[in-house]
Amino acid sequence: MRFFEYEAREVVKRAGIPVTDYGFTTDAAEAKQIAERIGGPTVIKSQVLTGGRMKAGGVKFADTPDEAEAHARDILALEINGHMPRGVLVDPKAEVAQEYYAGVVWDGTRKQPVMIFSPVGGIDIEQVAEEQPDKVGRRHFSNILPLSDFQAKEVIASTGVTGSALNKLVPIVTRLAKLFVENDMTLAEINPLGQLKDGSFVALDAHMDIENEARGRHKKLLADLGVGDEETRQAREATPFELAGEQVDATDHRGVAGNVTEFDGNLGLVIGAGGGSLTLFDAVRAHGGKPANYCEIGGNPSVAKACGLAKLVLQKPGVDKIAVMMSIVSNTRVDIVARGVIKACLELNMDPAEKIAIFRIPGAWEEEGFKILEKYGVDYADRSVSLNEAARRAVEKIQGVAA
Amino acid sequence: MSILIDADTTFIVQGITGREAVNLTRECLDYGAGAKVVGGVTPGRLGREVHGVPVFDTVAQAVAHHGEPIYGSVVTVPPAFTKDAVFEAIENGIKLIVIVTERIPRRDVAEMVELATLRGARIIGPNCLGIIVPDVIKMGGIGGPARNAAQAYTPGPIGVISRSGGMTTEMSSTLSAAGLGQSTAVSIGGDAIIGSSYAELMPLFEADEQTQGIVIYTEPGGRMEAELARWVTENKSRLPIVAFMAGRFMDEMPGMSFGHAGTIVEGKEDTAGEKIARLAQAGITVAERIEDIPGLIQSKLSERSPA
Repeated sequence: MRFFEYEAREVVKRAGIPVTDYGFTTDAAEAKQIAERIGGPTVIKSQVLTGGRMKAGGVKFADTPDEAEAHARDILALEINGHMPRGVLVDPKAEVAQEYYAGVVWDGTRKQPVMIFSPVGGIDIEQVAEEQPDKVGRRHFSNILPLSDFQAKEVIASTGVTGSALNKLVPIVTRLAKLFVENDMTLAEINPLGQLKDGSFVALDAHMDIENEARGRHKKLLADLGVGDEETRQAREATPFELAGEQVDATDHRGVAGNVTEFDGNLGLVIGAGGGSLTLFDAVRAHGGKPANYCEIGGNPSVAKACGLAKLVLQKPGVDKIAVMMSIVSNTRVDIVARGVIKACLELNMDPAEKIAIFRIPGAWEEEGFKILEKYGVDYADRSVSLNEAARRAVEKIQGVAA
Repeated sequence: MSILIDADTTFIVQGITGREAVNLTRECLDYGAGAKVVGGVTPGRLGREVHGVPVFDTVAQAVAHHGEPIYGSVVTVPPAFTKDAVFEAIENGIKLIVIVTERIPRRDVAEMVELATLRGARIIGPNCLGIIVPDVIKMGGIGGPARNAAQAYTPGPIGVISRSGGMTTEMSSTLSAAGLGQSTAVSIGGDAIIGSSYAELMPLFEADEQTQGIVIYTEPGGRMEAELARWVTENKSRLPIVAFMAGRFMDEMPGMSFGHAGTIVEGKEDTAGEKIARLAQAGITVAERIEDIPGLIQSKLSERSPA
């Protein structure tokens, strides 16, 4: 989960890294007060979880508190890439002599975190790495051996930085590495890390991402920052249909029938498991089909859950038919899913034989499952029919409907 | 032969009294020649039995009871306790650890993997279904109940490596139906950081005489395919490889995660399109459909060893 800049700056501050005397607010009048307190030129920055805010007019400079208030009012009302801002950050306009970059990310191949440092900051680090590779230093560090200052010193020195700048930067990069590990971040980045005219350093912007799986062990930090348990901050906000999918999955603790993502097609999908869903979604599209949704079944969900998911998809506006398909199951039971989707049709007064374009789930308890499907006249397939072929048949049937 | 495990492999199940672990133990005991599950561990449950397997409070007790080192462990404890369980296994001399548990923070995984490396142990997973040597042994829930596993997996020349547990079985079943059996199939897990990647398993398959070709299942997210492409090129692998890439639609949806925790497009390099190009450069054929895999690997096999 990504943090807003004002939250990330707070995390940076708590780690003992110098930050500017900024203020966050959701109110233009308060922005003026913050600017008065700062006393001098300020920068008003939109707090949105999307890139390109500078271009979109979400960052403005103010010479006076009144100007700060006016900019704050505009920015608070400005939608950027479909996101309304959470608030604005009022930041003193720093006299920066040079902009640096410091970041920590995971290297999945080496399976260790890696510190990244560059004396060329303020722009995207990937661009610097491409254009001036000698200006980007990288250094992995151990997951179990102690983190020590010399590691930061090495990565900074490797980019040619020396003198007092080196000595001032070492604790900053070390603290950044430490906060990355301790807070289960997947990204911790200070960019730009500004060197002021007096030679001191200050974090001017920060990007932080915490791993979703680890949120449970950072309850205090998240509560301090005011992040609610329900805030997922996906790349796009969950739709009501997707939220209803989460409710279905929360019906009971048996297995998974959820992870629903909304699309705007006419073929409803009740598919699984993880890899099977990805394969099937691709296959439906490859045959020209238009999925109404993505979802995942797995881990042997209850009949109630399978039924709930199927009902949700069947009732989605624009859905003509559903396709019930999974890769060969060994844990999930075929008969339970079959019962669930048939029950869904019957409860909605729909004919399973007409609404279920195809049922392709081979594996555990398939004889029992196929018997039920036969009883209701549902077209089903065993493992001799590939995932791709099953998807093709489903698309063929629904395009007959559309025509 | 096989890689990682064979008929003589001994292992324990940590978290053996959980519902899923009880089933998994039954499946492993029933499959092939019957796995040597020499003990189970659930703290506080010393003295119980699960399908005749003795349960201990600690791994040390299980090893003492067995009277000699135990080779493997299947770990099925909840995410908050997994790291400790794996550390316990490693420090008690276990050499091969299959982690079934999902939703473990990657910092924990990275710590486990680093300790395993220091101690000369290997981790498969997390978020995986384990390893199967057709008709011989399975370690983990892979393939499900013995009867179902026997229906999908058959012995033969193909090594299978997959980021999806279910797709390991789907692909192996497709290979079996075409008369191409498997030497060993490994479900490596769907997380961003895992104990053993494609490239890290390749040397084992390379050294295994039974294995003549490799089939892999891949997804967007991460750099694991680039690592494989590099390994294959640098080591002039003798093994032809066919890959299947699922989740191509995700390229249009950066920042969204589908399927598995590790499956998210964050940069250019981890898109499906980029991965396919990299694999192809290394001579790895990327199949458009699962049903094309047997034909592709068959023709690659005959190219390398003309009849």
